[in-house]
Amino acid sequence: MTKPIGLLIAAAALCAFPSVTFAAASDTFVVRNVSVHPVTGPQVDNTSVLVIDGKIAEIGPKVVAAKTIKVIDGKGLHLYPGMINAGTEVGLDEINAIRESVDANEIGEFDPQLHATVAVNPSSEHIPVTRANGITTVIVLPATVGGGEGRRGGGATQVISGQSGLMHLDGWTWEEMTINRNAAMEMKFPFIQTIPARFAEMAALFGMPRGSYAESKRNYEKTIQQTHEFFEDARRYQKAKAAHEPNLATNLRYEAMIPILDGKEPMMVMAAKAKTVKEAIDFADREKIKIVIAGVDEMGDYAAKLKEKNIPVICGPTLELPNEEDDPYDQKATLPGQLYKAGVKIAFASFDVEFARNLPYQAATAVAYGLPYEEALKAVTINPAEIFGVSDRIGSIEKGKWADMILTDGDPLETKTEVKHMFIKGHDVDLTSRHTRLYEKYMSRQ
Amino acid sequence: MKTRAILAFAAAALVCSAETLVIQNATVWTMGKEGKFVGSVVITDGKIAAVGEKVMVPPGAKVIDATGQHLIPGIIDCHSHIAAEAINEGSVSVSAMVGIEDVVNPEDISIYRALAGGVTTANVLHGSANSIGGKCEVMKMRWGKDAAGLKFEGAIPGIKFALGENPKRAGNVQGGLGGGGNTRIPRYPATRMGVEDVIRTAFTEARNYQKTWKDYNEKKARGEAAVEPERNLTLEPLVEVLEGKRFVHAHCYRADEILMLLRIADDFGFKIRTLQHVLEGYKVAKEIAAHGAGASTFSDWWSYKIEAYDAIPYNAAIMEKKGVLVSLNSDSAELMRHLNTEAAKVMKYGGLSEEEALAMVTINPAKQLAIDNRVGSIETGKDADLVLYDKNPLSNYTKVQKVWIDGNQYFDRDKDVSGRAALAAEKKSLEDKEKEESRRQGPSSRGNGGQPRRPE
Repeated sequence: MTKPIGLLIAAAALCAFPSVTFAAASDTFVVRNVSVHPVTGPQVDNTSVLVIDGKIAEIGPKVVAAKTIKVIDGKGLHLYPGMINAGTEVGLDEINAIRESVDANEIGEFDPQLHATVAVNPSSEHIPVTRANGITTVIVLPATVGGGEGRRGGGATQVISGQSGLMHLDGWTWEEMTINRNAAMEMKFPFIQTIPARFAEMAALFGMPRGSYAESKRNYEKTIQQTHEFFEDARRYQKAKAAHEPNLATNLRYEAMIPILDGKEPMMVMAAKAKTVKEAIDFADREKIKIVIAGVDEMGDYAAKLKEKNIPVICGPTLELPNEEDDPYDQKATLPGQLYKAGVKIAFASFDVEFARNLPYQAATAVAYGLPYEEALKAVTINPAEIFGVSDRIGSIEKGKWADMILTDGDPLETKTEVKHMFIKGHDVDLTSRHTRLYEKYMSRQ
Repeated sequence: MKTRAILAFAAAALVCSAETLVIQNATVWTMGKEGKFVGSVVITDGKIAAVGEKVMVPPGAKVIDATGQHLIPGIIDCHSHIAAEAINEGSVSVSAMVGIEDVVNPEDISIYRALAGGVTTANVLHGSANSIGGKCEVMKMRWGKDAAGLKFEGAIPGIKFALGENPKRAGNVQGGLGGGGNTRIPRYPATRMGVEDVIRTAFTEARNYQKTWKDYNEKKARGEAAVEPERNLTLEPLVEVLEGKRFVHAHCYRADEILMLLRIADDFGFKIRTLQHVLEGYKVAKEIAAHGAGASTFSDWWSYKIEAYDAIPYNAAIMEKKGVLVSLNSDSAELMRHLNTEAAKVMKYGGLSEEEALAMVTINPAKQLAIDNRVGSIETGKDADLVLYDKNPLSNYTKVQKVWIDGNQYFDRDKDVSGRAALAAEKKSLEDKEKEESRRQGPSSRGNGGQPRRPE
């Protein structure tokens, strides 16, 4: 996006042009006297960051900017890259219990043609609430994590749920919010679904199937078979298209699979159990596709393979309960640190909507249980940017990148820290929300 | 369930008998008049014997050097459902005849996990399927003890009420789940008007029942002939409420229903002890404070249903600032394990101090449950229910290291971590043995259609 006014100001800044008469564009400004945490490099105190036209133009103690440029005093404050939540339902799910307000989990088994981005409601109250805590960017998933969510009819049978979108939490329309509408194809890797005895009664009330183990195993095998067939069909289509076969009817499902089969777009594969992760890795090998593993629940001997094949992991909530009653109480909290030590690149996601804002606390919990602090910070900034192929634009504070930054009064992973300013592509974003408005309204009640 | 029994045994073996103990050089958050300081706490016979910057070390006392660590009173969760084999008796609108104490499962692993999160006391409530639900039990997380051993002896018993969406969602026929699921027979009430009527009618009946017994007892005292009235186990707990002998813990969300319940209580002359969840409490904080009800809320839950759409994370702070006694609860076996960092959210949302934040999960819930003479702060004479953290308890980087209840140590992180390998080995050997047995006996003798008992 080019903005002539911004460019003019940039020119003015560089040439110290004396007679700038027009108003400064809102995405051109300088933050002074601030501690910069670039994430990709060491912290620099008492420095300045010049943003021109929404991009970081200069970082240094002696940045020269035209007098007309807006100055933000960063004294005592810290500048971090905006955080990225690598898996949410933000914009798709307003009030979870109200079906009409939820657009996640479509019906069907293989839905690669679906786009999460087009159903994101830019007026969702969740957007300002989430960004107020320092999250500038989210992955919007077409379906929630794990297989067989089965929410309100959809999702239960999905294997391929559709395109997840990488989106800024700022913009008048979903189109303006979108960074990449094909950030990753979501896949729920088939697994043998069993319902623990303690949940059986509840599961029955929600109409979830409660067949025998043998039946679950048969279903799983059938789904694996169907998945292979779907990939085979997609590959035949890809070849036919490459060969310019004259009678080939366009098929949107297979079209959507071509970037996956070409290895140009990753598949975000939901796999909770260690066994499922291993199967997913083998599957990716066989199909020669690029994958990202997401929503892993437990450590396993898969980690060496992930490292060897450069497959990153999107870690789920670290505060979750352990899987089984005899698993260690801190099973989920220790997992990111274990994966990191095994050499696996990690990012964090909340995999929900109402707690998407609490992403930094999930990362901090992983620090308490073994993940180095710097890695936790990377796992909510530069790592997801790299995983989704946008590290040239977001994920760190570096010259040339978009000014996706947060100005805080402390460590953004600590609860008491406040976000004072947020910039998305240099836009000084409004940090008020439904929550702050209701707070002010009712605090003033006499 | 063999493995669970072993875990329980292993953890039970950890519980050391109450001894004289001195925890030295810790940052002590007393949550009492003495505030926060670096010093020591002396524990004798399960009670706090001395607290101060300098204390006398009794001869023979075990001394723990807690330099750099933080000691706080055991966390109290004012709303939990752990350790209960059943939560909702959903078949009737008034289920005051049932109670949690009849279904306590002392082997629920959630108790141990709550300990690992610094919780020492929990108010275990009936579910929210009924306008007037069942009786509650306050319990200590004495992992390894039997059901009776968990009970917080002497705590005033409670009863659960519920307003709004949950009780008006008609009761499910299985009676198992929080009012959700498959409804075949509609159950009154279906509106908030009906909820009001159910509660008002129940208390009208309770008052009549109370009078019947009063008349009978008076006649009997005068030596007159009188037929003993029939006991009504549903109304008895409500009479206890009218007489101030049982606390009402009322699940509620919206401002209108909160006000409605306060007015019923006013009309019948009793107090609502705590409003639970009370997500719109901030809209009627003035009225809640005037009635004198406590408020026990979530830190930042919102939007999961329509009655939670106006929920804001500033709720606790607004109510506190407007004179309400506020606590933060979990309602969840997961969230229960980090109530300390949930409390930290009121510093961000509403600007409360560190001490005000921590009070919401310690002394405030103790006051709400009227057990503050025993727990909730580190003060001489109180129960030695203590939690030792490696860092500031309000930091996301902190971890619970040790937990004591009545001076007995119930959790030790080092022992938990170092014992894992042995536990895993024992579990594996048991599983191998089980597999070996079933292999020897063949699939037909498994008795469950050939399914393995623990499918992978």
